[in-house]
Amino acid sequence: MKLKDLAFSRSSDKGDHVDISLFAYTEEGYRLIEREVTAERVAAYFAPLGIGAVERFEVPSIWALKFVIRNALDGGASRSIRADNQGKTWSGALLRIEIQTHSSERSED
Amino acid sequence: MTRTIRVGCGLGFYGDTFLPALEMIKKGSVDYICFEHLAELTLAILQKDRQRNPSEGYTKDLVPMLQACWREASAKGIRLISNAGGLNPRGAAEAALAVARELGIKARIAVVEGDAILDRLDEFLPFHHMETGEPLPEQIRQRALFANVYLGAQPIVEALKTGADLVITGRVADASLFLAPLAYEFGWPFNDLQLMAIGTVVGHLLECSSQVTGGNHGGRWEEIPDLDRIGFPIAEVSEDGTVIITKTPDTGGRVSFDTVREQLLYEVHDPRAYITPDVVLDLSQVRLSELGPDRVQVSGIVGHPPPERYKALLGYEDGYMGQAVIGYSWPEALKKAKATEAILRRLVERMRLPVQEIRVEYLGYDSFHGALADPAQAEHLNEVYLRFAVRTTDRWTAEQISRMMVPLALGGPPTASGSIGFDRTRALIGIWPALVDRGPVDESIRVKVLEV
Repeated sequence: MKLKDLAFSRSSDKGDHVDISLFAYTEEGYRLIEREVTAERVAAYFAPLGIGAVERFEVPSIWALKFVIRNALDGGASRSIRADNQGKTWSGALLRIEIQTHSSERSED
Repeated sequence: MTRTIRVGCGLGFYGDTFLPALEMIKKGSVDYICFEHLAELTLAILQKDRQRNPSEGYTKDLVPMLQACWREASAKGIRLISNAGGLNPRGAAEAALAVARELGIKARIAVVEGDAILDRLDEFLPFHHMETGEPLPEQIRQRALFANVYLGAQPIVEALKTGADLVITGRVADASLFLAPLAYEFGWPFNDLQLMAIGTVVGHLLECSSQVTGGNHGGRWEEIPDLDRIGFPIAEVSEDGTVIITKTPDTGGRVSFDTVREQLLYEVHDPRAYITPDVVLDLSQVRLSELGPDRVQVSGIVGHPPPERYKALLGYEDGYMGQAVIGYSWPEALKKAKATEAILRRLVERMRLPVQEIRVEYLGYDSFHGALADPAQAEHLNEVYLRFAVRTTDRWTAEQISRMMVPLALGGPPTASGSIGFDRTRALIGIWPALVDRGPVDESIRVKVLEV
């Protein structure tokens, strides 16, 4: 399934970095995204856009993951010439990721 | 009984609507409304205003906002706090005073000054870059447009102590605008990190106005009611630190577990260490409980000591962006747009235009997700727009891009139409964040009172 079916997301900029929050709809969903959506996976996924290091933080009490993608905006929104100079649509891009589920997890859904 | 204060957000950025503030004044039962006008780049816009006219340099929405809201707010005893001062808090206060006279209301306005440090940057050199550690290069300093320190809540508390109905500041940390009235009303000491954390989380949740009441909601957004009359957020805060997030009654939008958790983590980077001048927030143990419709309680927030130094931000001129946009219809929409891209690249080369970067995006296909867009759609597009953008060091070169696009409506691939975005040359702004000692900043902070 796509990550979009398990979680929603909002992203924005701070300086040259894109900051993406990811929120699972359910506690089971949180366990899945915590396992599947690792910093390494997110770094590899966004690599074609030209990015620096990716850090991940967890806030389990609200079923949330936070990704900070460094040096992703050509020096920052105000000097970027991208259409999406603030990284507002990176949230949508992240939700395209395919999530592997085990058969037991699927039957719970 | 524990005393409760209701603080609302009246504005989330320069350009936001102030009609929700008016609704809040009428129906929100609030004690304070805080207005957040200054995004990271707003000061660059204000610097250009001030260069044209030294009496400007504050956000121009202040005057119409006060004209619309102030009489009723004043009658109800609602106190207003605004960072509309930008680069000229005194000028903003003078303008506000003129509004008070025009409305025939009595007003006391307190102005907080001392955040602007461009004129005294020598005191803060070498102004090491906050992330790279590099000292500020002279050639960047010469192109500086503004340099301001993010002040905390304490000067605003001082301003409230003067009995002001309206407090006007320049750059302060966004959340501090909201912490200040709570600290002032409850007499919360600034060394009580737990209470500082609670007041700061209130500010963080409210500072982006409708982003916590269902606007820009990534979840089940189509279920959020009546975005055409979305209500702005209100925090109900008790002296003991109990926080409930709600909004103006009988308005659109929603306050829920989903809308609050989404704004809670917005732009915070490390949720265990969200840094403000007043406190470092740890949000990692947060609890959110839905108490009823549009009422969410926030608890579990932890505070750590604030950083020893202030954050400052210097903005500088960093070249120009020129761009042109043109559309093509089916059949072969993308193929035609790509042919135009190739023509433009050849023209740039032939004219020897000194462009530093070319960025090509196809609106309707990959302008947002770039290489991550789904390529399966490429062959079937009903229509697509080419956006051809360049980075240059001078304005003239940037302007040539739209000029060379115009003749291609007749002289390029077929079905070109809907050309938009000509003359959208834009000055680009580089940003240089640094940490500065608090001492010399604090010594220069002044609170002045104007009355009518």
